[in-house]
Amino acid sequence: MALKMVKGSIDRMFDKNLQDLVRGIRNHKEDEAKYISQCIDEIKQELKQDNIAVKANAVCKLTYLQMLGYDISWAAFNIIEVMSASKFTFKRIGYLAASQCFHEGTDVIMLTTNQIRKDLSSPNQYDTGVALTGLSCFVTPDLARDLANDIMTLMSHTKPYIRKKAVLIMYKVFLKYPESLRPAFPRLKEKLEDPDPEPRLGKKLIEPLTNLIHSTSAMSLLYECVNTVIAVLISLSSGMPNHSASIQLCVQKLRILIEDSDQNLKYLGLLAMSKILKTHPKSVQSHKDLILQCLDDKDESIRLRALDLLYGMVSKKNLMEIVKKLMIHVDKAEGTTYRDELLTKIIDICSQSNYQYITNFEWYISILVELTRLEGTRHGHLIAAQMLDVAIRVKAIRRFAVSQMATLLDNAHLLASNTQRNGICEVLYAAAWICGEFSEHLEEANQTLEAMLRPKVTTLPGHIQAVYVQNMVKLYASILQQKEQAGEKEAAQEITQLMIDRLPQFVQSADLEVQERASCILQLIKYIQKLQVKEVPVAEEVIALFAGELNPVAPKAQKKVPVPEGLDLDAWINEPPSDSESEDEKPKTIFHEEEQRHSRHRQPEIDEEELARRYQDTPGVEHIPVVQIDLSVPLKVPGMPMSDQYVKLEEERRHKQKLEKDKKKKKQKKEKRGKHHRHNSLHTESEEDIAPAHHVDIITEEMPENALPSDEDDKDPNDPYKALDIDLDKPLADSEKLPVQRHRNVEDLKSPDSEVPLAEKKSKKPKKKEKKHKEKERDKGKKKEKEKKVVEEEEEEETKKSEPGVGAAVVAESQEAKKEQREEQEEEEEDEGKKSSKHKKKKHKKEKEEKSKDKKKSKKKSHHSEEEPPESVQNGTLEDEPLPPMSSYRLLAENTYIKMTYDIQGNLQNDSQVTVSVIFENKSTSFLKSMELNVLDSLNTKMLRPEGSSVHDGIPVPFQLPPGISNEAQFVFTLQSIVMAQKLKGTLSFIVKNDEGSTHEKLDFKLHFSCASYLITTPCYSDAFAKLLESGDLHMSSIKVDGISISFQHLLAKICFHHHFSVVERVDSCASMYSRSIQGHHVCLLVKKGENSVSIDGKCNDSTLLSNLLDEMKETLSKC
Amino acid sequence: MIKAILIFNNHGKPRLSKFYQRYSEDTQQQIIRETFHLVSKRDENVCNFLEGGLLIGGSDNKLIYRHYATLYFVFCVDSSESELGILDLIQVFVETLDKCFENVCELDLIFHVDKVHNILAEMVMGGMVLETNMNEIVTQIDAQNKLEKSETFIFQSPRQDRYHHRYLQQSPEGRILIADPLQSIEHSLKT
Repeated sequence: MALKMVKGSIDRMFDKNLQDLVRGIRNHKEDEAKYISQCIDEIKQELKQDNIAVKANAVCKLTYLQMLGYDISWAAFNIIEVMSASKFTFKRIGYLAASQCFHEGTDVIMLTTNQIRKDLSSPNQYDTGVALTGLSCFVTPDLARDLANDIMTLMSHTKPYIRKKAVLIMYKVFLKYPESLRPAFPRLKEKLEDPDPEPRLGKKLIEPLTNLIHSTSAMSLLYECVNTVIAVLISLSSGMPNHSASIQLCVQKLRILIEDSDQNLKYLGLLAMSKILKTHPKSVQSHKDLILQCLDDKDESIRLRALDLLYGMVSKKNLMEIVKKLMIHVDKAEGTTYRDELLTKIIDICSQSNYQYITNFEWYISILVELTRLEGTRHGHLIAAQMLDVAIRVKAIRRFAVSQMATLLDNAHLLASNTQRNGICEVLYAAAWICGEFSEHLEEANQTLEAMLRPKVTTLPGHIQAVYVQNMVKLYASILQQKEQAGEKEAAQEITQLMIDRLPQFVQSADLEVQERASCILQLIKYIQKLQVKEVPVAEEVIALFAGELNPVAPKAQKKVPVPEGLDLDAWINEPPSDSESEDEKPKTIFHEEEQRHSRHRQPEIDEEELARRYQDTPGVEHIPVVQIDLSVPLKVPGMPMSDQYVKLEEERRHKQKLEKDKKKKKQKKEKRGKHHRHNSLHTESEEDIAPAHHVDIITEEMPENALPSDEDDKDPNDPYKALDIDLDKPLADSEKLPVQRHRNVEDLKSPDSEVPLAEKKSKKPKKKEKKHKEKERDKGKKKEKEKKVVEEEEEEETKKSEPGVGAAVVAESQEAKKEQREEQEEEEEDEGKKSSKHKKKKHKKEKEEKSKDKKKSKKKSHHSEEEPPESVQNGTLEDEPLPPMSSYRLLAENTYIKMTYDIQGNLQNDSQVTVSVIFENKSTSFLKSMELNVLDSLNTKMLRPEGSSVHDGIPVPFQLPPGISNEAQFVFTLQSIVMAQKLKGTLSFIVKNDEGSTHEKLDFKLHFSCASYLITTPCYSDAFAKLLESGDLHMSSIKVDGISISFQHLLAKICFHHHFSVVERVDSCASMYSRSIQGHHVCLLVKKGENSVSIDGKCNDSTLLSNLLDEMKETLSKC
Repeated sequence: MIKAILIFNNHGKPRLSKFYQRYSEDTQQQIIRETFHLVSKRDENVCNFLEGGLLIGGSDNKLIYRHYATLYFVFCVDSSESELGILDLIQVFVETLDKCFENVCELDLIFHVDKVHNILAEMVMGGMVLETNMNEIVTQIDAQNKLEKSETFIFQSPRQDRYHHRYLQQSPEGRILIADPLQSIEHSLKT
């Protein structure tokens, strides 16, 4: 009965769990979207509740909705809340949700740093596990930097389950934070146990693997062996003896795989072949027949693999044959995707390494022309680009190319009339340009010109028409010259008249570019006509318009132009426009669009989407009646040569060449008999022997003078793995050590007013990302106040941690650390007062309340303070003088193995707890493990131990320490009275492990709880401060210290830092200060500086606490 | 690296999506749709590898998939993964699901996608293969479930059982779908 009630209430509490949600969605197939939006509303309600179980349930449902495509990033903060739940059940839900939807752009992601760190060092291995798994999905450069050291430590975790995950996640950390690779590398190497196994291992493995390949009948084993052998041979290709026998064996075995009827084996065989191909192309080439067979396979994956292989297999000798086979497949291919793939492969194969394998360019042009007959291909522009490239770069082919292009233009209706074949009409662009540019090679120029002036042309896309218009003038110019030279005046006038008659159709074009060009040219030709009537010879002048030859420019030429001395390309020519301006007005767009338009007309390679859009945009196109040609008749453009004839011709030619060569060789042999052995070169003609059909000069692309040779531009700048291109053999520098969790080293003077300038100061920091964040954060007015608060607090911590070079600063006493501290001081001062929120997330709640109160107060006060001169608002940061470095970490104990420093922080959340943070630094060259810390509890002060353990049990330190590494652990102590300072005796026991074995060691220490450590730096405002003093509830006490030489500002800084006070107000050499104990005692100070002395008057609820505090202060000050 | 792991049914309904690379929710849905389109049109007797090139960033990636009854298990991987290894991993994944859910069917995946994620997390971490030993995976999953049960025994287990029972009765997907003994990779590759 009771159980039923409990269940009932829980059921009510959970309106829906994941299963209910799924079921609901399945029952609302009709109005799924509406139902889901209802559910999301419910979820939003659930997320507002304080019960973590309800929240977790809501987040769990959100994760499901994310899979269905709903954006759940709005719940990021709630997800973090669930991640920080203490129960594994909820934590796991939280981390799963985070792994699904967090990414580098998630603004609250930096809030997770401390939570993750806490989970990583959790005594429960599964907490650590889910944290690692989650982190692996959403690690950002910041998280990687801050947590690298923690993860490194986990690589030596006692549980293999954690070690495994830690090793794996390091890869992600390296990718995001490459600086960590070098410091972590020794550790990774350790994990492999063998210091350097690679080269030797490979050599050793080859033989047994080869034996296995020989003997095994298991296909999968065979495949993996072959794969490994290939990998080894590729990695060892330098400095290894020839392993052609092994390769030969692999290829043979792969052939068996490929011939198998199992499709997976076939695929894998081909895949492995392509790996061998890279290093041993000859071995694979002998299996050309088999690969070509695979092109007939019904499975597209197999065919594509085979195509890929063919690309690497071509030689001068077999190019024509392979392409011929591919052309047959093009004809047969069903479905445009595969056919397009074939088309691009044919072009790739032919054009690779600067047309290295093409011996006959007439053949290639024919192939390209044949490819234009493909219906509905998307790659018209590819063919066009090839035509242009070949015609421009291979001078000898121009005459032939021009004649082919003229035929294409003449038959343009076949290409352009079918809407399905729109993609292919791009080749007309190339054809028109080639005919125009090289019109001196045209035999029937008149006919071509007429073809270009046909009314049908106006249905072509604008950019093609524009090229038509431009090039018909070139044609016209050369015809004019021809006629004038021949003295055929009438013919010359006729052609002019033809132009004047036909050009107006282009002048009316809706395309601006076409219209503009056409009207210019029309006017020009009308002028020519006038001159012609007067019988003035004009041809020379017209042809001069197009004089000069275009040379190809290398694609990298622009980049290689050296920057002249004194020219800074990054410098602004004008003042940069402000951000807001560029967003609102977008002054750049004019240029931008213009650029796009230009490129459209100049570059034949235009991406497909743009083309599609262009066709849609062209007005008038849809009204043009489309004449469907009868496709049942195989397309044959009259007068076009079939590429096949070249194959035959080529064979004959080669045969002849061979015969000639043989003759020569025989002669040579006769002459040099005895010296030479007989060799079989008669039958295996090597490809170097094949001479090109006719002399082909491939014009090399132009490079700028004094171009800089560099290989760098061959690397892909977007390669995410590029960052890991790091020299691992260089010794580690100190600055490269991994950042360890940062601790506050300096506390500062804090003015209540610093709240506002804080935000501004932050935004000035160089870290753009954080700046952006901050602004975003401020802009989000909608966000709940409390949420915002936490974000800011955490963020500040983040900023602190993200200071460069902080890594070495752990041990605050070290020299470098001091140096760095000095640099960071200024910034740190601002952050004070929020420090106490450092480790425990829950603390925020209380502080939030306090803060919001503070903020309200500061608003009220703001008028007031603005009027005051800046000197009276004494904030430490206003002083010019730099503060000396300070550290709150004091030495706890030290021996030859280990050094411990510690700091005590009051716990805001709990009025009877303090947290002791201890940094353990391994000073030895041995490995320290099984560290356990124990103290002798006093009546008043006790160490918080896990439930069930006795007072004699120590607390295990949740990490191990490799040599030279330091890390921090925290221990919580409970106290009853805080009015007196306390000392606790304790012992750290640990095991030292090195090559000689393990020894058990101990280190005793005395933990000193000063009264100041019970104080929590709390800002206070002068009005509140005055009220406190007036209330009369406080006891009073005073001290005076002589012989003070340091400046007043430094003195205040010391009190703030070491005794956890904040400055309320400062006027000249007099300051009021405030602090609060964890049990709520108010402590007020009035500090006055005389010539060489300082007097401090204090007021506090508790007189004992006050006198103890003042004594401690006296001790601090007397050291000054 | 594994770029994404997708499970969807014969109609393209997603049953699990895990992306190890950031995509917006819309893009994710588009990728799921495209992948379904590519994979579903392939015959049953063709190979399990598919080089789309269009999907998830370029030609370096390929799809490795398996089709079990009503479900497609698709892994999108780059060239650094062993094809055979991933094929085997899919098998291990399904067998592990079968063990954890006791005769797994599509409905288990529908109603317990969180559990499927948890199982997957023990096998693949951040796109890297973590563990392929089924016994090890099941041990860890069991241990975590035990831990979870100790925390939430009051309301979790009774409800779960109830629903499991109910949806089996209601739905057409109630039949056990992946019950046929899964051929091991060795078997399918004809040892």
